[in-house]
Order: sequence, then C-alpha cells, then structure tokens
Amino acid sequence: MKVIVGIDLGSTTTKAILLDEQGRIVGRGITNSRSNYHVACAVAREEALTAARFSMLQRAIDRHIGPVGDAIRDHSDQLMAAFRLELYRRELVVLNAHILQLLDRVLYRAHKAELEGVAQTIIDNMAEKAPALFLGNANRRSDFFRDIAGAAFAAEAEQAAADGLVHFDRLVGLFDRAILDVETTVQERPFGALLEAAAVRAFPGVEHAQTIAVLRDIIADVAAEELDEIAFVGTGYGRQTLPFPKAAVRSEILCHGRGAHRVFNGTRTVLDIGGQDTKAIQVDENGVVTSFQMNDRCAAGCGRYLGYIADELSLGLHELGPLALQAEKVIRVNSTCTVFAGAELRERLALGQKREDVLAGLHRAIMLRAMSLLARSGGIRDEFTFTGGVCKNPMATKILRGLVDDNYGTEITLNIHPDSIYMGALGAALFGLDDVRAGRPNLLPAFAPPVTNVKFDPCGGCITETMV
Amino acid sequence: MTATPSTKAATGAEIKVHKDRSQLRQKRMIGDHFDALSRAKEEGRKVVYTFVPGNLCELIGALDMLAVLPEINALQSGMRGRSGGYIGEAEKSGHSEDVCTYVKCDIGMKKSGNVGPTGVEIPPPDLLLLSYTGCFTFLKWFELLKQEYDCPIAMLHVPYQPDGKVTPAMREYVVNQLRDKVIPKMEEVAGKKLDLDVLSEWLGRSAEAEDDLVWVWESARHTPSPIDGYFGGVYYIGPIFTSFRGTEDAVNYYRELREEVQQRIDANQGPQTPDGRLDDQKFRLVVEGPPNWTSFNDFWRMFANEGAVVVSSTYTRVGGLYDQGFRHDPGDPLGTLADYCLGCYTNLGLPSRVDLLEKYIKDYNADGFFINSVKSCNSFSAGQLLMLRQLEERTGVPGGFVESDLVDPRYFSKSNIENRLQSYLQMLQAKKAGGFGAVA
Repeated sequence: MKVIVGIDLGSTTTKAILLDEQGRIVGRGITNSRSNYHVACAVAREEALTAARFSMLQRAIDRHIGPVGDAIRDHSDQLMAAFRLELYRRELVVLNAHILQLLDRVLYRAHKAELEGVAQTIIDNMAEKAPALFLGNANRRSDFFRDIAGAAFAAEAEQAAADGLVHFDRLVGLFDRAILDVETTVQERPFGALLEAAAVRAFPGVEHAQTIAVLRDIIADVAAEELDEIAFVGTGYGRQTLPFPKAAVRSEILCHGRGAHRVFNGTRTVLDIGGQDTKAIQVDENGVVTSFQMNDRCAAGCGRYLGYIADELSLGLHELGPLALQAEKVIRVNSTCTVFAGAELRERLALGQKREDVLAGLHRAIMLRAMSLLARSGGIRDEFTFTGGVCKNPMATKILRGLVDDNYGTEITLNIHPDSIYMGALGAALFGLDDVRAGRPNLLPAFAPPVTNVKFDPCGGCITETMV
Repeated sequence: MTATPSTKAATGAEIKVHKDRSQLRQKRMIGDHFDALSRAKEEGRKVVYTFVPGNLCELIGALDMLAVLPEINALQSGMRGRSGGYIGEAEKSGHSEDVCTYVKCDIGMKKSGNVGPTGVEIPPPDLLLLSYTGCFTFLKWFELLKQEYDCPIAMLHVPYQPDGKVTPAMREYVVNQLRDKVIPKMEEVAGKKLDLDVLSEWLGRSAEAEDDLVWVWESARHTPSPIDGYFGGVYYIGPIFTSFRGTEDAVNYYRELREEVQQRIDANQGPQTPDGRLDDQKFRLVVEGPPNWTSFNDFWRMFANEGAVVVSSTYTRVGGLYDQGFRHDPGDPLGTLADYCLGCYTNLGLPSRVDLLEKYIKDYNADGFFINSVKSCNSFSAGQLLMLRQLEERTGVPGGFVESDLVDPRYFSKSNIENRLQSYLQMLQAKKAGGFGAVA
C-alpha cells in the first residue's frame, strides 16, 4: 500500500497521520516530543505505520469467516494490548542496557556495586508486573513509555529504598538519566515478530493452537505487505529544526485549519490549544486559512499552563478536567502568567478554598485568553471546531461552550473530535496528497535517526540482554 | 553598483551584507554630519534636538544650526547592538519597562557619554525643538531632556486631524505659532534673524529631492519591484527625514538613488537585500508600523527568503506624505511648514490611515498587507487590529500581524515572528492558488 505521511511536531507531543492515495486515513501515531526531534518524528511515524498494519490485520481477520475468525475478533483488544506489552518489554530491555552503561560512568562508578543489583531487580520486577499493567484493568495515566516506566520504576525504587537497599533519589536520578538515552534512539520494531509474541500471550495454551496457526499466517501476510511512503509533509513547532526539504514543510496554521475542515466540513473558525501555542484560525469554505492569530510573547493560557498546574498538584494532566467539573463555584484566577497562577493556586488552597473550585477558575482563565485571541482573529463563526491537546479536557470544553454561548450565541455549533490532537498532522498529510497529485511529492532521504541494536532474548523471559 | 562591506553581528561573527552605492553615500553623509556636530561647539554653531515627524530641518538649516534627531540615534544604536545596554541604563534610573524604548535608549545613551552612532560624542543641545505634538511621548521625552540639559525649549502645538482634513483655521494656528513663538525662540538661540529668502532656497531644494523620492517610491509599481519599500525604504527616507532635507547633499543623494533604481528597472531587477538581490518576487506586500531595529537584517531576511518584497509602507511616510501631493513650497515658507507638520502620517485619524493603506494595497497591486505592531509606540499601534479588519473587508486582501519592539532586543522573538510570517505567506500562497487540490 502506498501511503502519504503527515507529521506534526509539537512542543509536547509529536503526531503522525498516514493517508492512502484516495485520501483515507489509514494510520495514526503519537509520541511524546523529546529532546531529539528526529527520534520523536521517527517514533510517531512508526506508531502510525503500526496502526496502519493493525488496520490491515483487522481487514484480514474480518475476511476470515468461522469460529476461529470469531475468536480472534472477540479478542482483538487483547491482541493489541499484548502487542503494546511486547513493545514495552523491548523498551525495558533498552532501558536496562542504558542503566548498565551509566553505572560504568564516573558519576555512578562509586555506587555501582550498591546500585547494580537493585536496578536489575527493579527492571525484572517491572517486566514481571508488565502483563498486569497492559492486559489487566490497570488505569494508566499515559501511553508513553517514559510515563508508564517512570511510574513503575518509582514505585519499585520506593520499595527498595524502604527496604533500606539504596537511596531513593539516587535510583530515580539513574532512571531520569537513562530515559533520556532511551528516548533519543529509535528502537527497531519488527511488526511480525512482536505480533506473533503478542498472539501467544493473547491466546495461551494448547486449546488455542488452531487460532495461533491461523493468526500466524495472517500476521505473516500483513507483515510482508509493503507500506510504501510516497510523500511526506512536516509541520508544527519544531519543523524548522528537522532536515526536511523546505517544500515539505508547511505552516501549522494552514495544517490545523485544513485538518479541522477535513473532519468537520462546515468549519469556519478553529481554535487549537497546544502545549505552548494557542491558534485562532478562520478558514473559508475550502478550508483555506483567511486569517489567524497566535499568542505572542507568552505561553500562559496554553497547554503547559495546565501541565504546570497538574505538576503543582501532583496530578495527571487528564485528571484536571474531571476534578474541575466537580467545582461548586469558579474562583477568579489570573491568566497572565503560568508561574503566578501556580502561586495563586497555592495561596488559594492555603486559604482553604476547594481545589476543584480553584481548578475551575484556572480552566476559565485559559479559555478567556483563547476568547480574546479568537476575537482578534475575527471572532467565532459557525461552525466552530476546537482542536489540540486541551480539547480533550472536559472542563475546558464546558467553559468554552459557555463563553461561546454568552458572546456569540447558542446557535454556534462547537465541534470536538476525539482525534482532534491529530488535526495538524492530518492537514500536513493532505498537503502531501496535494503534492502527490501535482506530481511533486517530497521524500525524506535524510530522515534516518540512529537505531539502537539490542539483542532480544527470544524466550521472552528475564530482562538480561545487553546492548551491542 | 553594489558593495559588500563586512559588519559585525552581536555575536562577533563577520557577516557579509550587500549594500547599494546610495547606501554607502548616505553613510558618508551621516559620518560628515556627526563630525560637524562634534566640531559645533568650537565652531560656534548651535545644536537643535528635534524629532522626525514634523521636523523643521529647513528652518534649522536656514539659521545655520545643526539638527540632532534622538529617534534616529536610538534606531542606529539598535542596529549597532547598543540599545540593550542603553535601555538597561535608563531602567536603572527608574524608567519603566513599558516606556517607549526610543526614549529609554536615548536617555541611556546620554548617561553613557552621549556617543553617537559613528563613535563621536554628540554635543548637548542649545535648543529642544518640539515641532510635532501628535505623539504625547515626545512631550515627555523633551521634559526629561530638559532636566538633563537645562536648555530652552520651543514647542509647536500641532492639532490632530480627526477627520483627515487640515482646515484653514488649523493651518493659521500653526503658522501663527511659527511666526510668533517658534521662530523668535530659534532666532534668539541662533543669535541671528531668519532670512526668509534663505529659507525659501532650502525649501526649494527639499522639493527637488522630494520629487525624486516620490519617483523612487512609486517605482515599486513595477513588477518585479526595483525597491523594497520598507526595509530598503528606511534607507531611502534617511536623508529626507533627517538633518539633510534642503541640502545639496540630499538633492544629489536622491538623484543618484533614482538613477540606481532606473538601472534596476531597465535590467528587470529587484532590490538589494542583506543576502543579495531579490529578483524572484513571489509576494508583494504593504507593511504598516515601524520595523524592529535590533534584528533589522534578520527581519528583512525573513521576508526576502520567502520571496516577499514590500512595495509600500506607512512607516516610510512618517516624515512626510509626499506621494499624496505634499511638497515643500518655497513660495509660502511658513504655510508649507505648517502643512508639513499637520500632515504627518501618525497625525491622521484611523479612517484616514485605513484609506491610505487601502490606496497603497490597490495602487501597488499588493497580495497582502502585514502589520508589525510595537506595543510601546501608541502613535502607531493603537487601533491597528481594527485597521486590519477594515482593510480585509474593503480589499479582500488578507492581513498578517506580529508584535515586536523598536530597539529593545528582549522583545524580538525571531522564531515566533518567523513562524507567523511564514504561515501568513503560505496562507497568501493558498489564496493565490485558489484553494487546495481536490481532496477526498
């Protein structure tokens, strides 16, 4: 299958969308943006390619009529979860290898004997508990390796410290350093091998032997099918730093406007709140941007504002909105400065005000800034589409709806899509499709970040492999 | 026709910047002027500090005095990477972060030895001549300079043009002030009487240079435009907006500039930019608002790298709307000076400014217009978003908007501005192409 790749390199997350030649979305992927943008792009692209292969797998399974096909269909969620588990285990191997390397460095050498065994036990425990994390009903705060492994490592390190084995801070410092190395290299992702391993986990025991046999054939077919990337367009905050040809780089304003218009055809105004940018965009009936405004000088009122508040309260970002929804009143909080808002939050809490009420005020503060930007861009026209990471926050959308009603009337349609975070990447991919159709697609000859070669133990047992 | 002198960036790295022959001539003129200023005291010549909008350079010249323009010193300091330090000096003495950065740069320069842009010390003023009151900051600026120098002030109150018209009463009011207050004060400081015939000669030379300047501005109607009417434009207006209007030097400069531009038209060439000539012009823009001076060449490159040429700008009209018909008239010396002071771009009400921009967009066949908004410059920035909306409605041409500053290097965010400009130009491109390709 020929695919067109659109990548949106944001300050917080990097997103990729794959389109087929007919313009249909065939895959999407997301990862946390890290210190190495090349790797962030490569991982997002790999995630999208994986998603595309899962779509192909799903179609192949759907063609398989009969009880075996039914069994696979019934367990398709477990199969995907097991695949994620296999990926996680591979990354644990890489993490372990980097930790071992770090222990030979000057900073850790003096504590190597003390740390080595404990770190190894922690990683082994993490690997052992991983199935419950992915295949059970555990509630994960994030799907990014850094967050899942970070939480698991911290829990194990806390236990080790409580047992008097080693100092907690030293262990966590080791993880913090090692995760940077993990995140700046791309790990190979052999789809067929990983999915086979996942299939064995999802369908254990001899009673599933026939299912496994059928799945193996399907997986082999899907893994063998070539995904030919015929065009590429990049956008987003970090696009200038990547070795993309200039023609393959498009403004995020145009991409977000176009992506939102593609998903909601009636869109005329787009609000995108990302990590450090808020964009108010007006588009015409074709999705062409006619006017826009972005926050200048200060990122208060953007996604990081909420991220900072979440850190202050030791909460996950996704927990803020639901908590704020429980507010009984909305406390007035400034929106001019993220750091001041954090100080205000602490002061309000110290004065005994309810956390939920203060959080509601913080949500209102950022949406008020967005309203000002929207007004500057030409106001809100019907239909109005809200995109970016913050649109996943239910309190943010509730307040926005209220403000739209108060200022522009209740007849304005407010569109929010579960995949709104992908709008920029979608717009980029659509530009890539234009390029293909115009006979001038851009490819990425220089797009080759370093790949970590790690030996993996085929038995899937203990995590003791070493980096080569 | 061009030279490539080396300049040193703030980082210390040598950067080659292309310059026109006329730019080099202008540099020599400025050097000579500052040399003359440095000798002023020993030669007994009087020094007048005054501002660019509504400046009375012919009057100063006719009384054989020398002009110093504090905004020009500030912007030169900005271009030479010195304004940050000067602003810091001014802030140390209590000036707020929100004060116009031209003012702080000037005050800081004074406190740092008053060394001008050419490295020569600027003499203190014998007179502070405030001949334009449309900018309230100017009044306060000279109040501060009065405290620093304790010298006489002459002030000309210039009524605002709320309806975009200069009435006979307004003109008479200004002429009366010139005759009864300003000129007597200047004569007192100069120690001589004004000879109106000499003033007329200065005004005649001004008009001659102004004709050539207008020709240069309007050359941008050609495609490709042989000039950049904003970044290049600030060089073109240099002599006529400052101490040189009415001099032979200015007449010669504009003659040479006109020849230079004519050669480019004949050869179908674009203007020089810091990185060479811009022949392949993808976008024709009209720009509103002053440029940023601390990153002037970077700002220019952002446009030039995308193939954007500025065909007209309002900033280049702050020292006179000559292309709208005004000429200094040697036959009516005081009346023409009144008209000049009243006709400053920033003395116009918003409707007149919108009218003018609309005219430029249409006359110069612009693809778009772009606003560089400077928050600390109220004369320019108040109402700019409203102007943007009205212009979009009237012309159907999309507007772009960024914020930066005059000479405070802390307020120029290169990546943010570049991001917005590129987005804006891609938006124009999509609009020019009539939408996107057919997408399922």
